[in-house]
Amino acid sequence: MTRFAVKATLRATNAPTGPLGRTGARMAREAKLDGHGTWIGASVPRKEDGRMLRGSGRFVDDVERYGALHAAFVRSPYGSATVNSIDVAAATGIPGVHHVLTAADLDNPYLLAVLERDEFVPTTMPLLAESEVRHAAEPVAVVLAEDPYAAEDGAEAVEIDFTPRQAVTDLDTAPTGPNVHSGLADNCLVDLTMFDDDRLDGVLADAPLTVEAEFSSARLAALPMEGRGCLAEWDDRDGQVVLHASTQVPHQLRSGIAQALGLPESTVRVIAPDVGGGFGLKCVVGREEVVIAAAAARLRRPVKWVEDRQENLTASFHGHEQHYAVRAAFDTTGRLLGLAADIRCDVGAYSAFPFTCAVEPLMAATELPGAYKVPAYRARGRAIATNKPPTAPYRGVSRPQIVLVMERLMEKAAAALDLDPLEVRRRNLISEGEFPYTGASGITYDEGSYRESLDLAEKTVTEAGWYSERDELRAAGIPAGIGFSCFSERTAYGTPIMAQRRMGMTPGYDTAHVRMDPTGEVIVTTGTCGHGQGHETTFAQIVATRLGVHPDQVRLRQGDTDLAAYGWGTFGSRSIVIGGTSARRAADDVAAQLRRIAAHLLEVDESDVRLMHGAATVRGVPGASLEIAELARTAYFRAHTLPEGSEHGLEARGSADPPGTFSNACHTVLVTADPGTGAVRVRRYLVVEDCGVVINPLVVDGQVRGGVTQGIAAALYERIRYDGDGQPNSATLMDYLAPTASEICPIQITHLETPCPYTEDGAKGMGEGGTIGAPAAVLNAVNDALAHTGVAMDHIPVRPEDVLSSLSRPLATVGGT
Amino acid sequence: MKDVHLISLSVNGNEHELVVESRRTLADMLRHDLGYTGTHLGCEHGICGACTILLDDQPVRACLVFGVQADGCEVRTVEGLADGDQLSDLQQAFSDRHGLQCGFCTPGFLMLAEAYLSEADSSADPESVREAMASNLCRCTGYQGIVEAVCDVARSRHPAGST
Ligand code: FES
Ligand code: FES
Repeated sequence: MTRFAVKATLRATNAPTGPLGRTGARMAREAKLDGHGTWIGASVPRKEDGRMLRGSGRFVDDVERYGALHAAFVRSPYGSATVNSIDVAAATGIPGVHHVLTAADLDNPYLLAVLERDEFVPTTMPLLAESEVRHAAEPVAVVLAEDPYAAEDGAEAVEIDFTPRQAVTDLDTAPTGPNVHSGLADNCLVDLTMFDDDRLDGVLADAPLTVEAEFSSARLAALPMEGRGCLAEWDDRDGQVVLHASTQVPHQLRSGIAQALGLPESTVRVIAPDVGGGFGLKCVVGREEVVIAAAAARLRRPVKWVEDRQENLTASFHGHEQHYAVRAAFDTTGRLLGLAADIRCDVGAYSAFPFTCAVEPLMAATELPGAYKVPAYRARGRAIATNKPPTAPYRGVSRPQIVLVMERLMEKAAAALDLDPLEVRRRNLISEGEFPYTGASGITYDEGSYRESLDLAEKTVTEAGWYSERDELRAAGIPAGIGFSCFSERTAYGTPIMAQRRMGMTPGYDTAHVRMDPTGEVIVTTGTCGHGQGHETTFAQIVATRLGVHPDQVRLRQGDTDLAAYGWGTFGSRSIVIGGTSARRAADDVAAQLRRIAAHLLEVDESDVRLMHGAATVRGVPGASLEIAELARTAYFRAHTLPEGSEHGLEARGSADPPGTFSNACHTVLVTADPGTGAVRVRRYLVVEDCGVVINPLVVDGQVRGGVTQGIAAALYERIRYDGDGQPNSATLMDYLAPTASEICPIQITHLETPCPYTEDGAKGMGEGGTIGAPAAVLNAVNDALAHTGVAMDHIPVRPEDVLSSLSRPLATVGGT
Repeated sequence: MKDVHLISLSVNGNEHELVVESRRTLADMLRHDLGYTGTHLGCEHGICGACTILLDDQPVRACLVFGVQADGCEVRTVEGLADGDQLSDLQQAFSDRHGLQCGFCTPGFLMLAEAYLSEADSSADPESVREAMASNLCRCTGYQGIVEAVCDVARSRHPAGST
């Protein structure tokens, strides 16, 4: 077998020396080359790593412009108030302050996210508040100064006269509280009853077992380590405002700016440089980003804004604050007969552009049944407005909660019927022979390994001695428990699925361009926008495999609206399925062009030409071979030698728009609770997951582990709190408890592989699964640990005081606080 | 009138002399006055550790130190770790173990780990590495790759019996 290592070494002679050659050699050693030159499935080291490790990544605050002004926003100190007057005189007198802009100075621009449904109430979100503020930290004015320190000085000197009003801060009091928007009945922005099944009430009335329960989850911050931020400048040559922004969705941001400011899209260019995490926070358009673009366009001077952590926690977007009231009917064998759910989401004061505040209730109502067969179903989903910041689709988007609801229901039914909870799950999971399965909410599930992943997880932890470990801990007086969660996760929502939401802008498809240059190197452009997921590496693996070149020879250009075709960015576990498939299709087209040139030059049949290991070879003709670089040279520099009518150059475009494909997993966790402090500790964690064909195991495992960590955080630590006046109580990382390495244990991962039927590579999305499965597994484990107390917990996060009170040891006796 | 000071310091062996406002943080000075943008700011209140650098060999939060306090000091930042394009053993271990995703927290972890490794010996077990790395926050990786990378380097820099 020819080893690609030889090619990689040869290549290094005309490539920049040093790291590339070394990386290439290492890659070839590690790559799972099977003789067909595929890079799919290889743990190729990430192309992103070198610059990040050297400190030469380029994040938005690393981009400097001569003469840039720095912005500081003046924000509301009240949860709800009338703005009577704004006095900027003192602020403009501060040394270094150049401008103070209010809504009136910018002609009162706003963002409007729309859903074309009667049950939806749109909310106009002013970029800068005009006569009212609807949540604490809402921006009212912006100070532009020579440096960020002077801008802060200026912001402190802006005098705003407010008349505070009673704020609405929780789901229960919102319906009877003051209206967040004038005339908004019950403070309800969305109220949808879906999949109403006539039989359901009868099923619930007649069932041998009906389980009624309520579940809730706290408000969370996505908390990327890099906050939001942007640098806008006017480019007089191109007649554009150019915005560098820390975003997941450059094109959507461009559309938002264009719509809010009434500009043609071609006069706005958005560039996402390296982005320090997003997790959904950066897949919506921030008011600040549009204000900065507007200011730079007006002043014809660069303007930079870098969000600080306090703004990130109090003034950006939150998510995840939900309440479920559920009734479920079971037969005596534990089979689910019917399910009714009343879902309320606290969405804050406005709809974020473009997804709207309906994203959480719609997702929850549509996908609640999850991996289980629910014969009769009804869900009411509501979005309730409060005087808190608006919500963005945080990683997982309602699926952490709906999985938690279903997994707790399985446990409760098993307990009531005295059955093994895993057996109850098995009786309800969609299983082999039933795929493709269409559920009560009309969703069609492509094939998965729902039962297999549960069986394997149970076997693995049993053989690894988790149950005996739990029992030994219990014998030593330490509450210990094991929890499971089973789920499937729709990923890669294409336009057909997104269209069901009826958004004003329907996301879904994506487009890639693949271009080989005259030296045989490849550039791929995509509308997806990776921000830590390793797309530069995984897209290169996909394209290199099709073109028979090395991934080192493939460069991904992303995050630039002037370079890439309109694309929807990176969110919803879509990029490798939709963006990757687009790139593959374009690459297949370029591969066909290469094969045609090779066939002509070698005088063989096109269908006999193979592209592999950097060369075109001919099936059945051992000596016939041409370097791919030679084919590229011919295409560009010796086009006259090609048959008449040949395409010029080597490039193609590909698109993909799949209907959505389901990954699945089973999570298992062993926890202990400290009887003295009530602290829950995660001791062992196993994920058996199936995301179809894995492109790069290193990257996939990293996504799973990071996701699980965020899910554990939601289950045990994180909570954005507001007091009754709408004042934020989680404004620093001292108050918002993101887990450190000490709170997280090693996470073991096993892969199953059920390929996606809609794409050529068979990969399914998997960016959110870790976050989705972990809260339910952890909560079940905590309940198992506390089973002897008779207390059932159905909320997250579970706090130490909750554990202590269920152990009948009030916190006061422990810490005196 | 701004309250400014003339200071000198060395960063990764390069000597710098500059005028800096007294209230300017060391992090802002390194990033925006001297161009060492590898030092990142994740919270500016001393919790996340993204801004961790070595000040006279001690790990410090550059967001909690004023630039003027570094007068006459030796600073090491992430930019000083690699030898040209050649990554250090620690940097290479981070890549091999997938100890980074978005890379924003990475410079802080590398500098924290450098400080830890300068004191650790081969007995550095995963639990003590975890505890040391708990000084900083990472939102992407779940810490496993970071802990494994630091353990690897602890072992290779301090082979058992060498100390
Ligand atoms: S930026 Fe210094 S500790 Fe977070
Ligand atoms: S790699 Fe993104 S925060 Fe650590």
